[in-house]
Amino acid sequence: MSADIVFAGVVNGLMAGGVYVLVAVGLTLIYGVLHIINFAHGSLLMLAMYAVYFLFRKPLGLDPYAALPLVTAGAFAFAYLLYRGVIGRFAHGKDENILLITLGLSIVADNAALFFFTGDTQTIDVSYAGRFLQLGPALIPLPKLVSFLASLLICALLGLWMAFTDTGKAIRAVAKERQGARLVGIDVENIFAIAYGIGIACLGAAACLLMPFFYVSPSSGHAFVLIAFTTVVLGGMGSFAGALIGGLLIGIVESLGGLRFGEQLGQIAIPLVFILVLLLRPTGLFGGR
Amino acid sequence: MARKQSRFGVSRRSFVGGAGALSVGLAGFPAILGAQAKAVKVGLIHPVTGFVAYNGQQSRLGATMAIEDVNKAGGVKSMGGAKLEALLGDSQSKVEVGVSEVEKMNEAGASAFIGCFQSPVGIAATQAAAKYNTPFLIDVGASDQLVRRGLKNVFRLKPGFGKCVDDGIAALGAINKGAGSPAKSAVIVHESGEFGTGTAKLLAGKLPSIGIEAKELIPHDNPTRSFDNIALRIRSMAPDIVMMSNYGNEYMLLARTLFQQKVELKGMFSVLGGGFNYKFVKDMPDVSQFMMDTNHWFNPRSEASQALKKRVEAGGALFTFEVYLSYTNVMLLADALERAQSADKEKLIAALAASTFKAELMPYGPTKFVDGQNEGGLPAVMQSLKGEIEVISPEQFASAKAVFPRPKFT
Repeated sequence: MSADIVFAGVVNGLMAGGVYVLVAVGLTLIYGVLHIINFAHGSLLMLAMYAVYFLFRKPLGLDPYAALPLVTAGAFAFAYLLYRGVIGRFAHGKDENILLITLGLSIVADNAALFFFTGDTQTIDVSYAGRFLQLGPALIPLPKLVSFLASLLICALLGLWMAFTDTGKAIRAVAKERQGARLVGIDVENIFAIAYGIGIACLGAAACLLMPFFYVSPSSGHAFVLIAFTTVVLGGMGSFAGALIGGLLIGIVESLGGLRFGEQLGQIAIPLVFILVLLLRPTGLFGGR
Repeated sequence: MARKQSRFGVSRRSFVGGAGALSVGLAGFPAILGAQAKAVKVGLIHPVTGFVAYNGQQSRLGATMAIEDVNKAGGVKSMGGAKLEALLGDSQSKVEVGVSEVEKMNEAGASAFIGCFQSPVGIAATQAAAKYNTPFLIDVGASDQLVRRGLKNVFRLKPGFGKCVDDGIAALGAINKGAGSPAKSAVIVHESGEFGTGTAKLLAGKLPSIGIEAKELIPHDNPTRSFDNIALRIRSMAPDIVMMSNYGNEYMLLARTLFQQKVELKGMFSVLGGGFNYKFVKDMPDVSQFMMDTNHWFNPRSEASQALKKRVEAGGALFTFEVYLSYTNVMLLADALERAQSADKEKLIAALAASTFKAELMPYGPTKFVDGQNEGGLPAVMQSLKGEIEVISPEQFASAKAVFPRPKFT
């Protein structure tokens, strides 16, 4: 492989990694606070992608980037209500119940999408889809560059919000010690719902950034779920910085693995990283003990 | 001695006698009615969920519309107007589920099966149906393995990928030659299943016969999130043509990536390209512009096909190849039932094997099954031009002249 190809491969990997980061940040936040794996993650991503698609279609004709605040806020509101109305209510305080409820939600969402939207693949064709930036030997399509930069920006803003706002501090307090948080007067159930809402809001943002270069069908969200799980484990479960570095790293590993070993065998690089991390550093790159 | 009467005023003896007469009547009468109206159960096995759900739903749409039409027209007349009854099955895009659907429908009394869209599912499901000697009509399924295993119960009306590859390559050769032979090399990108791998191997083997070298075969999984690296490799190899053999989502994603990455090519060509349809061409006119595909196509000069197209589109669906192929297969089955005058599996298989059915919707000659494969089937080569699908070969159906080589991006 020439240096040019490797460079272009790394750039491609970074661009792909940007979206992985955003999907994984939502997952890691939900894990960090609620201590559960959200099995509905892929399905909710798919629903958000459909929202972007329908907003783009006539008569609304809303550009996916212009729709980002709306879809993100909508995803937050939907997830908040979903937690308060379904997940929190039927969990009866047991984490394993939440696990099963999210799994059930995933099945319901996938099949509802199939029923209402059919199995047809939907795409949007934006006017800037064909524009690109040349960086040495690498050609970066504009939608991928936007998604990469926006993902990093959203992660940075979310990190600052978590560090400096009262709600952010409350979320971190609940993540560390929920009993203690309750004792100092934090409404833990509300924080659970907010954390779930923010996690899914990240998916809303990811959906807006993905749609200009990806497609949506009832099963399309799942294409990103395994990657997101691997990213979360690699970075350290519950760690923001871990999701960021992990997502970019996974993107590069996947890209270079594909270039070196072919698109099929190259996919082995991701589970290999997963196994190596579990063997050598089970807490992940940034995970606490 | 007075006879003992029941409290309803009927003696035990007359009750038993009456009941006996009634049961004889009931046993005999439905037998006559049943001969007139017993429905013929047809198992429709398609992937209506999973990663090729759209294609499966389109197939189901075509098949159920045809069943409705057969029944409206009075059912199978030689069987006393017997109606066709659809048993709806979902293979979930999985081989093992396809097989279990055959087993379930066999229990339910299926007289014939139609399916399965994906070749691997079709291969396994036809084998399962062979145990019960139940006729199996392949409406969509490209692999030639489907009809090459000596199974007497399997019939495929449409041409397989061997025929499609032969005709497609011959058309590409003629188009290239007509343009002064600018294309000398190709890269083939294919999905890693039976359909993509089989087609890619056939293409690679045939390309040298038209003076084009296959530089590399690049397989990919389903689903694939990104084709960026494949685009990178293609650019580094600088082939004249990219040939694609994949299902809908990956077909569209690869085309879009090559467009976004501005990979300069003389042409993009596919055989049975899973994503080359009205929707792709309308939704992405820039991406699809000048792409060529060899595929199943309805006969645009047939009134019946135009009428069905209108009905399908009026219902909000697209008139994709799955719709008219599945529709036509139900009609083929109805024709065989008519001639067999029975749903008996042996008789039905014999009627199918001897079929000369005229596929009204398709640009086919009379049906002639040789080892289960219809020799009368014919594919067409299409090109996307300004958001429309134009037939460029064979000449007798052509609606436009091929644009080749395509203009450069710069």
